[in-house]
Amino acid sequence: MSVFIDIAAWVCLVAGVSFCIIGAVGLLRMPDFWTRAHAAGMTDTMGAGLILLGLMLEAGLTLVTVKLFMVLVFLYLTGPTAGHALFRAAHAYGIPFGEAALENSKLAGRSDAAE
Amino acid sequence: MSRTLTTAFLLFSVWLLWSGHTEPLLLAFGVISVACVVLITRRMDRISGVEQSDWPRASFFLYLPWLVWQILKSNIDVARIILSRGLPISPRLVQVTSSQRTATGKVIHANSITLTPGTLSLDVRDDQILVHALTVASAEEVAAGEIDRRVTRIERGH
Repeated sequence: MSVFIDIAAWVCLVAGVSFCIIGAVGLLRMPDFWTRAHAAGMTDTMGAGLILLGLMLEAGLTLVTVKLFMVLVFLYLTGPTAGHALFRAAHAYGIPFGEAALENSKLAGRSDAAE
Repeated sequence: MSRTLTTAFLLFSVWLLWSGHTEPLLLAFGVISVACVVLITRRMDRISGVEQSDWPRASFFLYLPWLVWQILKSNIDVARIILSRGLPISPRLVQVTSSQRTATGKVIHANSITLTPGTLSLDVRDDQILVHALTVASAEEVAAGEIDRRVTRIERGH
């Protein structure tokens, strides 16, 4: 039984690390701030989530797992909140969305989006 | 009063789970710190007048598995985009209408959008959320409003 848990834990850890690496590759490949933020979002969600899940499987039913679970909960609460603060600040500061993005959008009645 | 007791009970449970200590001295320290926090939050409630919410609701925990599934799917989508040769992105802005009435509902809606890679919520104004989407597919998915419907459903409490 413990072999299966070990295997599941390692699958989670390897998959989580892979998502982190792909997120980092995306960060380098994406053209501007906004698209890079999408790539960075992967490391926050799946990367960290799967690594923590793998660690929880290794720790078993202990207080360590409770703490790891709470780390996961707080990460999922604070991640998008901090992200939102960052994107809002970037939007207010006027980091451009790029020509293509604006052409694609066709936003009606929202003057600030086109600035 | 029951609110204060619930807060104290939750805080002390969390304290026990995180510390794992059962020595009388440390338990007493735990009780004292819980009492301090409860007193401070009571004072803060009186000053700030924030909307009193009864979150999290039971239906919220039914929403989480669906959200995790969405996060998984969109992560795989974005990973595939990053690893493909031509980097097939088509970034765009979308407006999403949020039908939630409470601030907490809107926060859950906007944060759910940000949590799924491929869509970021930039700004919330009245009932409009400005979303940056990475591809046509992610823009269409967020515009379809599935997240909005589900969050509104849990906000209404069923």
